[in-house]
Amino acid sequence: MKQTTKKNSARVDAREKVRGQTRFIDDIPVYGMLEAATVRSPVCHGKIKEFKNIDKIKKMPGVRAVVSAADIPGENCVPFVKNDYPCLAGVGEDVKFYGQAVSLVAADTRQQAQRAARAAELLIEEYPAVYDPVEAMTPDAVYIGGEDNIHSSFRIRKGNVDKGFKEADIIVEKVYTTAHQVHCYLENQGITAVPGPSSSVIVSGSMQCPFYVHNALVRVLGLPYSKVRVIQTPTGGGFGGKEDMPSILAAHAALLALKTGRPVRLVYDREEDFHSMSKRHPSRTRIKYGASSDGKITACQAEYIVNGGAYCTLSPIVAWRGLVHVAGPYDIANVMVDSYAMATNTVPCGALRGFGQPQVNFANESLIDELAEKLDMDPVELRRKNLLKTGSQTATGQVVGESCGMEESLQKALQRSSFKLHRGSDKGTLKKGMGISTTFYGVGLGAEGKYFAKAGAQVYVKEDGSVVVAVGNVEMGQGALTVFNRICADTLGCSYDMVEILEPDTTRVPDSGPTVASRATMVGGRAVMDAASRIRDILKRAAAVKLGTDENRVEIKGGKYCSPDGEMDYVDVVNEAYRTRQQVAAQGWYTVKDVSFDPETGMGNSYPVYTFSTNIAEVEVDTETGQVRVSSFTAAHDIGKAIHYPSAEGQIHGGTVQAIGYALYENLVLENGKIINPSFTGYTIPTSLDVPDVDAIIVESPYSEGPFGAKGLGEPPMVGPAAAIMNAVYDACGVRIRKTPGLPEDILEGLKKASVES
Amino acid sequence: MNISFILNGNKVNIDTDPLKSLLRVLKEDLDVVSVKEGCSRGECGTCTVLLDGRPVTSCMVAAGQLRGREVVTLEGLENKREIKVIQDSFVESGSVQCGFCIPGFIIAAYVLLKENLSPSRDEIREAVSGNICRCTGYTKIIDGVEKAAEILGQKNE
Ligand code: FES
Ligand code: FES
Repeated sequence: MKQTTKKNSARVDAREKVRGQTRFIDDIPVYGMLEAATVRSPVCHGKIKEFKNIDKIKKMPGVRAVVSAADIPGENCVPFVKNDYPCLAGVGEDVKFYGQAVSLVAADTRQQAQRAARAAELLIEEYPAVYDPVEAMTPDAVYIGGEDNIHSSFRIRKGNVDKGFKEADIIVEKVYTTAHQVHCYLENQGITAVPGPSSSVIVSGSMQCPFYVHNALVRVLGLPYSKVRVIQTPTGGGFGGKEDMPSILAAHAALLALKTGRPVRLVYDREEDFHSMSKRHPSRTRIKYGASSDGKITACQAEYIVNGGAYCTLSPIVAWRGLVHVAGPYDIANVMVDSYAMATNTVPCGALRGFGQPQVNFANESLIDELAEKLDMDPVELRRKNLLKTGSQTATGQVVGESCGMEESLQKALQRSSFKLHRGSDKGTLKKGMGISTTFYGVGLGAEGKYFAKAGAQVYVKEDGSVVVAVGNVEMGQGALTVFNRICADTLGCSYDMVEILEPDTTRVPDSGPTVASRATMVGGRAVMDAASRIRDILKRAAAVKLGTDENRVEIKGGKYCSPDGEMDYVDVVNEAYRTRQQVAAQGWYTVKDVSFDPETGMGNSYPVYTFSTNIAEVEVDTETGQVRVSSFTAAHDIGKAIHYPSAEGQIHGGTVQAIGYALYENLVLENGKIINPSFTGYTIPTSLDVPDVDAIIVESPYSEGPFGAKGLGEPPMVGPAAAIMNAVYDACGVRIRKTPGLPEDILEGLKKASVES
Repeated sequence: MNISFILNGNKVNIDTDPLKSLLRVLKEDLDVVSVKEGCSRGECGTCTVLLDGRPVTSCMVAAGQLRGREVVTLEGLENKREIKVIQDSFVESGSVQCGFCIPGFIIAAYVLLKENLSPSRDEIREAVSGNICRCTGYTKIIDGVEKAAEILGQKNE
């Protein structure tokens, strides 16, 4: 299926990437560089008594240094939301998950460093462990962390749910569970640290959030911010996994660099990345809807429990995003939600595209289909009766304002997919079905992360009119470089090839928050626009003086500064500005408008704006093998405005396929807290043979605060597909799957149960 | 151990551990940029090269097996018209996101198009199924290969 793109211009970084000449951190050797490896805990819970053979390890071939907790000059803590994650677990301290970092080795080659790390022998007193978040809630559970093993909890109390359920004619309540998901960015985590001039340190590598890394280094190394410089190198996929985790690698590499006085590179291999890096939180959602017989939802009650793993990292914000969205994209008067992030002795979970929302959307969008069936109503009609529109209220009492493309996305997706239910009508063993889901998604960090909701940029126009732009938000594959390039060029009126976006560097721009939560375009883009507009005004003034007109009469059209009194080429205007010694450099800044959240009631304006989407899956279920194949998929996303169409479509394609993997294939198996399938053979992600061409529809309901009306897009495509697929499976063969991944054995078991019952 | 082989048409001589993978030899000893390490277990295709003309995952070849053999990476194919057309088509089709997987896909496409200049979308899917991409969902990569096939096919008619 060919996509039609309105503006089909190439990404700024594509040419170098197709030549394979983009240098990722593993492609950037530094003169005199050592390579590092990590000594890890072989148990899930225990106390480290002794590093038995440390002296022998130090003498192994090529080894230059071994670093342990006692060598940390600052605090032994990698700061995330809370400060519970030790940089290295020291002797006399606890380890809480399999693969936790204990010590570090630097050697002449990577092979030597890895050999030495593997040879390390630790004496550990093992403790009993808990792996299940619900078990961790019980009063006599082993203590791991947080308050009674709760990393954090939140609630919503809106209206009166008891009254709402009394008003209901039909009530449905179900439990849905989801498993871990692994990011599987193709480039593993990697960081290089280099001792810099006047006792500073320069850290570069694969990351989404240079400013998080900056904070962590300052803390661990005990240095002032001015002595630490962080630079992002081209990043081979992030999906949230390079939000918080690179802070750990950066601290480790920097400790070794400062100890040895030499550059040190730390690159993980795939297995190590699987064991030790963050994952999507497994979850259990109990959710209940009540509705009147004509399909108006009168109440929603939900409990959302996520397994945060051994340390808190970003779990509170994940649990909070789930809380805000679990009632679904519906206008419901009475809502009661409790969400909990629990501590267990498993690998800490963190950010993964969607950030707590794919889990809850799977629950609420499956349940609404179950409700439709009970009401004997069409699932689309039931959704239409309740969907959010401008003027309606979200679960936190936020009134939906401008830029609500929910209905438009629904209409377009229904039409393009020719949506129609099969209701198990297919004969034979191959049964087709269709399913739908709708989503809303709060763009940006929201009220729980509002202190990061800012971004800076610097724009310089050079003598020849070419432009360099320094930004604080990163490219990780999603197309940020191209988006910033377009925003800057369109604001100044120059051509795209004149604008160069520099790699993010903490010495060039003020803290711009993280590149997460689909915020780079909306927030980083506004900062670029702010800086570029300042220069545009200076250029307009220069043109006006030269043309003998008023600056308010100068307009930019097709690369020219035009006025009724004459026009000038962009480059000539730049020359004029240089001749008259104007300052053609500017700083840009943007802060997100205020958001709020009342911790007692959960009420508030949680996010500045929402995106909306409709997902429609068509599946084929083989009732003999239990195999499910997604045969077509339509996804319509309201993103405000697409700045670069091919990249926007690419985000929808990629996110949807990642979600198809989540729904049907991706199965991380833990045995006693240890991952037993840490590879692409054991944990299978979709290949080109497993997925259809996704039909991406872009809906543009502009948001006046966003650059040219844009909201955000990175995460939403991951949110809705799982429910659409499971609803389609039900439509095909009558089996309701309430867990992810839905594996062939689950389908077969469901079919067996159904045949016994009938 | 001393090993000589042909890399992109030139004889190279290196002193290395015979058990080290060809992938690490290319990266660490010869600074070849286009081969990438995604898994080091033959599962992802980011390290694909041609060994004696056939595509292999270089992480699964030991340096000790290389004596006298011929290795070609994307760098060594750059002057071939087919490769240029595939690269242009990828750029124009928006096939590239993070780019980490892309060199492997370009070699897989090159191998396919040498055999078949009018592949169906399913044949393309089959041909690149040993390469994993986590960013694009494959649609635009397949668009890129399809477009390249169209252009290369026209010339030959
Ligand atoms: S690195 Fe060789 S196949 Fe993945
Ligand atoms: S473009 Fe990122 S893995 Fe393919």
